[in-house]
Amino acid sequence: MMYDVAIIGAGVIGSAIARELSRYQVNACVIEREEDVCCGTSKANSAIIHAGFDATPGTLKAKLNVRGNELMEQLSKDLDIPFKRNGSLVVCTKDQDRNGLNALLEKGEKNGVPGLRILEREELIALEPNLSDDVTCALLAPTGGIVCPFHMTMAFAENAYTNGVAFFLNTNVTSINKTDDKFVIKTTHTDTKQPETIEAKVVINAAGVYSDTFNNMVSSHKLHITARKGEYCLLDKDAGAHVSHTIFQLPSKMGKGVLVSPTVHGNLLVGPTAVDVEDKEAVNTTQEGLDSLAGTASLSVKNVPMRQVITSFAGLRAHEDGGDFVIGEAEDVKGFINAAGIESPGLSSAPAIGEMVAEMVRDMLFLQEKADFVPTRKGILHPETLTLEERNQLIKEQPAYGNIICRCEMITEGEILDAIHRPLGARSLDGVKRRTRAGMGRCQAGFCSPRTMEILEREVPMSIYDITKNGVDGAIVIGRNKEI
Amino acid sequence: MSTRELTCIGCPLGCSLSVTLENGEVTAVTGNTCPRGDAYARKEVTNPTRIVTSTVRVKDGVSPMVNVKTASDIPKDKIFDCAAALRDVIVTAPVTIGDVVLADVAGTGVDIVAAKNIAAC
Amino acid sequence: MKHYDLVIVGGGPAGLAAAVSARDNGIESILIIERDKELGGILNQCIHNGFGLHTFKEELTGPEYAARIVAQVLERGIEYKLNTMVMDISADKKITAMNREDGMFEVEATAVILAMGCRERSRGALNIPGYRPAGIFSAGTAQRLVNMEGYMPGREVVILGSGDIGLIMARRMTLEGAKVKVVAELMPYSGGLKRNIVQCLDDFNIPLKLSHTVIDIEGKNRVEAVTIAEVGPDRKPIPGTEERYTCDTLLLSCGLIPENELSKSAGVSLNPVTSGPVVNDSLETNIDGIFACGNVLHVHDLVDYVSQEASTAGKNAAAYIKNGSSKDAKIVEILPVDGVRYTVPKYVRPTEMDDTLTVRFRVGAVYKNCSIATYFDDELINRRKRPVMAPGEMEQVILDKKKLGEYPDLSKITIKIEENA
Repeated sequence: MMYDVAIIGAGVIGSAIARELSRYQVNACVIEREEDVCCGTSKANSAIIHAGFDATPGTLKAKLNVRGNELMEQLSKDLDIPFKRNGSLVVCTKDQDRNGLNALLEKGEKNGVPGLRILEREELIALEPNLSDDVTCALLAPTGGIVCPFHMTMAFAENAYTNGVAFFLNTNVTSINKTDDKFVIKTTHTDTKQPETIEAKVVINAAGVYSDTFNNMVSSHKLHITARKGEYCLLDKDAGAHVSHTIFQLPSKMGKGVLVSPTVHGNLLVGPTAVDVEDKEAVNTTQEGLDSLAGTASLSVKNVPMRQVITSFAGLRAHEDGGDFVIGEAEDVKGFINAAGIESPGLSSAPAIGEMVAEMVRDMLFLQEKADFVPTRKGILHPETLTLEERNQLIKEQPAYGNIICRCEMITEGEILDAIHRPLGARSLDGVKRRTRAGMGRCQAGFCSPRTMEILEREVPMSIYDITKNGVDGAIVIGRNKEI
Repeated sequence: MSTRELTCIGCPLGCSLSVTLENGEVTAVTGNTCPRGDAYARKEVTNPTRIVTSTVRVKDGVSPMVNVKTASDIPKDKIFDCAAALRDVIVTAPVTIGDVVLADVAGTGVDIVAAKNIAAC
Repeated sequence: MKHYDLVIVGGGPAGLAAAVSARDNGIESILIIERDKELGGILNQCIHNGFGLHTFKEELTGPEYAARIVAQVLERGIEYKLNTMVMDISADKKITAMNREDGMFEVEATAVILAMGCRERSRGALNIPGYRPAGIFSAGTAQRLVNMEGYMPGREVVILGSGDIGLIMARRMTLEGAKVKVVAELMPYSGGLKRNIVQCLDDFNIPLKLSHTVIDIEGKNRVEAVTIAEVGPDRKPIPGTEERYTCDTLLLSCGLIPENELSKSAGVSLNPVTSGPVVNDSLETNIDGIFACGNVLHVHDLVDYVSQEASTAGKNAAAYIKNGSSKDAKIVEILPVDGVRYTVPKYVRPTEMDDTLTVRFRVGAVYKNCSIATYFDDELINRRKRPVMAPGEMEQVILDKKKLGEYPDLSKITIKIEENA
């Protein structure tokens, strides 16, 4: 198989690049190890579109964050991505030096972040009554926002797919070799172990915590990525209104602190911790990590109802030794483009990284724009956004929209069918969950998973024994009873 | 003489029972709060029995499984034989509560009966 | 908008018994709304025996118990809708529901009985650290898969929590050929009935480790091992006590939570201890004409008590429909203290109550050789010896209307656990 461009990694970065690239007349593919898009760092992060005041002026992080934030406005409309500019606050407590806030304000202004302002306690408390009693002042960034990282990644990927980009899921890249005019990428299927060779003129390395591995296969300019684990707790929607802004802590000697933020779906998110780990698969939570969150969160927000935690999770951030994003052609390997070291603010920067890398490829391969590029994508219909009449019309036409499968999030069978049958449709319980929220509520899929399995079995169709939580070797049931 | 400590399963109270045995004969039961405890203890040390509940497959029914039970208690050491005997049983819907699904399970003389109504599909 | 005298939310044992009782007390216009495909609720997956000793004087399996109440509903021709989800209940008793055939529709009710049952506490709510692979099930989900769908969730099993469903599933999985390696329980006592420990664990030599919890889950795609450790009196793991069990399945049986999201949307106040509505002697909530019974009100140990409570709710809802509210009557609060965690009901109206009122509650720890004492203000009214009390089992006190009538100035009733002298 010969492609103009092969992108390694179907996270938010690979997907954003694929989508931007699909504007052009190009034969491109995305290679992903997992069974679905959005299975690595993109699925386990703070779900924040940062305003862009944190990064050092002049860095890629600074430039791409601010640009990415700008782009989200239109993108969220074009691609139907749940996104809200709820504004963010960096709070300073009485034991901290408020000059830290001034420094952030200054950096932010240099980075071109609009509307930054320092608020004093009185004004703050009117805005956020649950801030800790020790909070004295805060930096307000009105352009800060919250987003659904699953839908953001899937929107990019689906739109890229619709515009002709091929996706190879469950495909593990085992080697990359550069010949005179192309790259030879050897892969194996993660389940069948079937080998496959993919050839491409340009390779884009968007492999998250593994982006050093792929760079180092071809380039003598070695990268070194450290996986930095962040653990989070997600709270019930009952706690979702505890704060309305994303509350950051002013970094101190004790560390960067944790954020407390509403999510775009109405839950409350607390995290992350930050611990460097050796194992790049170590997305496990730890007792110490989870225990520490409540205490750290209380420095900025009081009475966070940690009894209402419905789940906890950990994600790995890809920290490159240089500290900045590494984006661009490897100096010694023509046609090999890195999008590496994408840690925070990676999600926020993704739209801008997509734009930047696509433009590089365009110039490299002299690509022409596609006349029939489809710039928009419709997300999964949420019936609760309809009027009663519209909803009943929908149920009349498609009765599955009258059948609730997930009781906690009130997700209908119609939405699950859409998740399965749309481009790059769901094939696992987690795939359905990320697309529809079925199983993401307070009972954490206790009620709906047997029903969702039935639907997957019937609709894909697939054997019930091939239905997994999150991919190969993750089957939910192992046999008929009386047979094991 | 020997003693055995038991927990009564006659009711939710769960009394701690002490049974004294001499040459395999029960000579005393203590710790029980009611006569059922005494009876349970005597049976438990000589011939313990249990009701077994399980499921068997259903053909042509609205549900793929029907739950079943032993019509009365069977010797405790026959529980696994009973479970094994149910492995290959398939009944055809409709099934009615009380239907004999398997007669004389594992040589106990006790029938396996359906414990749910399953309509035909 | 269609109007019913009584709408019952939930067609499990509570909702069905309430419907039967309301009909027998003269209410013709009743609608039961059930979200599942059949009536009977969770009993349909509880295939073990032990149900109905009080109600039917024999030991039945869950589906048999359900079938008997369903038959009572059918005999009376009470209307019900299956596969129908109630989306909202308003304080003025408009119920919004949805199904495939009717779409989204509203009905109006004079009275509503909440009978939505409860859900299981999830791994997330327990905050167990580790990976998040397939193979972690709540005991009830595993029970549904095995008993109703006919699928096995795993071969080698560790169970956290010794609630009754966990114990029952230990036996059930064993009989289907799985190996249950251990049951770990955080508390120093089991949350389940003692007889289930004997029948479900001891019979099969499955160890029960009290004061133990899961501290790590391994496996990226499917569970590969879990580590348990002993906990100290602070319920924190004790370093050095870790034991690793290879397994492919972790079942959780760590408590049930009444499902009151709909109640909240109607403005019903909840008791933070039970997570169920605060009710008076007629099982009426703070919202006029909205009643609650069964596991949505408080988690019960025996379905027989659910049936009894639901019959009371049905009868009282019928009285409300016929006679209107009698909320203006004098109210006396029942205070749970010294080991009594809560009471249901929380309020009594001495002039309105039935001749006797069963007050149910649970204790907060294991008590041996103690008594349940009832005080009217500071006067001891009744003291009943209980050789053993445990949090896994419900306790009760019966209040007598005539006796209460002798105390016209009564301000509070106190129920407490006292040591026997």
